[in-house]
Amino acid sequence: MDKMPAWADAVLVPLISLLLAAILSALVILAIGENPIEAFNLMVEGALMRSAGWGYTLYYATNFIFTGLAVSVAFHAKLFNIGGEGQATIGGLGVALICLYIPWPHWSLALIGAALGAAAFGALWALIPAYLQAKRGSHIVITTIMFNFIAAALLNYVLVNLLKPAGQMDPASPIFPAATHLPTFQDMFATDAMPLFRGSPGNVTFFLAILACFAVWLLIWRTRLGYEIRALGHSESAARYAGISPVRTIVIAMLISGGLAGLMATNTAMGEAERLVMNATEGAGFIGIAVALMGRNHPIGVFLAAILFGFLYQGGAELALWTNIPRELIVVIQALVILFTGALDNMVRTPLERVFVAMRKERA
Amino acid sequence: MTLMKSFLGSAAALALSAGAALADPALIYDLGGKFDKSFNEAAFNGAERWAEETGGSYRDIELQSEAQREQALRRFAENGFNPIITTGFSMSTPISNVAGDYPDTKFVTIDGFVDPEEFPNVKSILFAEHQGSYLVGMMAAMASETGTVSFVGGMDIPLIRTFACGYAQGAKAVNSDIEVIANMTGTTPAAWNDPVKGSELTQAQISQGSDVVFAAAGGTGIGVLQTAADEGILSIGVDSNQNYLHPGQVLTSMLKRVDVAVYDAMTAGEDLETGVSTLTLEDNGVGYALDENNEELVSEEMKTAVDQAREEIIAGNTEVHDYREDDSCPVLDF
Repeated sequence: MDKMPAWADAVLVPLISLLLAAILSALVILAIGENPIEAFNLMVEGALMRSAGWGYTLYYATNFIFTGLAVSVAFHAKLFNIGGEGQATIGGLGVALICLYIPWPHWSLALIGAALGAAAFGALWALIPAYLQAKRGSHIVITTIMFNFIAAALLNYVLVNLLKPAGQMDPASPIFPAATHLPTFQDMFATDAMPLFRGSPGNVTFFLAILACFAVWLLIWRTRLGYEIRALGHSESAARYAGISPVRTIVIAMLISGGLAGLMATNTAMGEAERLVMNATEGAGFIGIAVALMGRNHPIGVFLAAILFGFLYQGGAELALWTNIPRELIVVIQALVILFTGALDNMVRTPLERVFVAMRKERA
Repeated sequence: MTLMKSFLGSAAALALSAGAALADPALIYDLGGKFDKSFNEAAFNGAERWAEETGGSYRDIELQSEAQREQALRRFAENGFNPIITTGFSMSTPISNVAGDYPDTKFVTIDGFVDPEEFPNVKSILFAEHQGSYLVGMMAAMASETGTVSFVGGMDIPLIRTFACGYAQGAKAVNSDIEVIANMTGTTPAAWNDPVKGSELTQAQISQGSDVVFAAAGGTGIGVLQTAADEGILSIGVDSNQNYLHPGQVLTSMLKRVDVAVYDAMTAGEDLETGVSTLTLEDNGVGYALDENNEELVSEEMKTAVDQAREEIIAGNTEVHDYREDDSCPVLDF
């Protein structure tokens, strides 16, 4: 029997972790002489009380959904893919090449093409670490993180030497052709009477992310491949005994993971910037780890955790705009949430489990 | 529930009070950060001077991410800040995305360029960096004993090559046989903030015989100036007056008066004249720094020669080539 009911595992543990992070953050803000309640109000007002704020929150959340799903798919096979950053970077390259060099007639076709390109490039970037892990036993944590650096250097080279228009100072690609510009929430929902989502970058790829959530759920719990991935994750020897090839499953799980991370670039490069810039991923690959941990590697959990982190990012931007809290401390606040929900999970879980076991004994 | 209600209530109040802050200027620093001792800090100093002298207040933000560029512009514009001043060339694309939506707000891009025909509410402020670099190049050549001087740039972009080219032209004007070594720190924005690499490049240049080094590299320059001081050669700072960093060891600083540009824009306020303006030697937009920290290094002869060259350039008798005009430099290969 489980130590804790499922609802406590899925809801109570993250909530308590969040509360702890919030209390510590409040102390940090107090320590530098600002008002934590006012700061919290600002974050809520800026991220959730305006439609444009939601546009930003969902924009960031879209990134985190993709990278969170990427981490969780690999995690089901007990692979710790921390290369989401690099896979998304290379995915961006795929998006840029497809948007720049294929004359798309309509954004919907361009989105399908770019999504395929992004996923293919991201998957390709995960292939070498996957192969090294499956065949040579090189630890995936080491290889994927190193591939992040290689990806950054490669993108740097391509942008500066190949894609950058002559005379431009910025290391960025030219602007994608107008036919590939994705409709933002503003284009979709704003009317003259209700100018919703004005100027915010949230766009149609958010729905692609929701689709990806559903696809991952289908894959992991409703297909044979998903079963194989989970079986391998639980016990490699048992999986092998059941006739599942670990090499094949590791490689496929990593390809899917890399592809999901690569998909993130459709949101940043095609949806927001409409060109490829140097540092488009901005740590979303790493946030994906926290999102997956907090979301218990389940698509619904990943979705909710991604919204929370989207709120933290957008709220953090509002803090930077309207308070004198330095940007370094805003990162500290974001990091505290990651620390508590991701890394210090057991700190809350173990005592909570004890409480539930004790309660059950009393009742029995 | 009541707690939530009070949150919502105060959030609404806050939204109102934020809207009430009418026509204060706003300042957006680039990713290098407010306290880079150089470019962005010069902007901060200009804003502080304005606030002190006029008693006015302004809002500023240090960007953390690419997506924040447009966001900061829009949020400041929505809340009635005017003018909105930005530093760094990376802001020009976001400004052209935003400026059309807020025709009553004036945007300023320092170092960036936005087409004034298309966006009449944007002011682009550029500097004649080649002219200022020419003057410090002359001083470097006069101070050098080895006949070799050097340059450390930040990110390898046309703007920084303009510094290097002006510097080399000035040095060659004094001594046509002088050797000028030029190195760039990198090709990405990270090159603005890599003092360790700046230090390594300086070491390498010293081993090639350089005894005066000019750093035009943002935060990377801190490492260049430090190594120059440690190794006992002279250095030249950039943007802000950096002579104080190592008194008696920094020959001078090539001033790029970003502070003046910010101060002037804030003073003009909503009546700011838009369009493209280039601040030159004549406007004191660029120049060299002389203070108590370097007065013993700058001889009377050096000062006379440089001041004379300054007059000649202003009068148009001496032509300093601007790298950006044709993407080439007559005296230096990159």
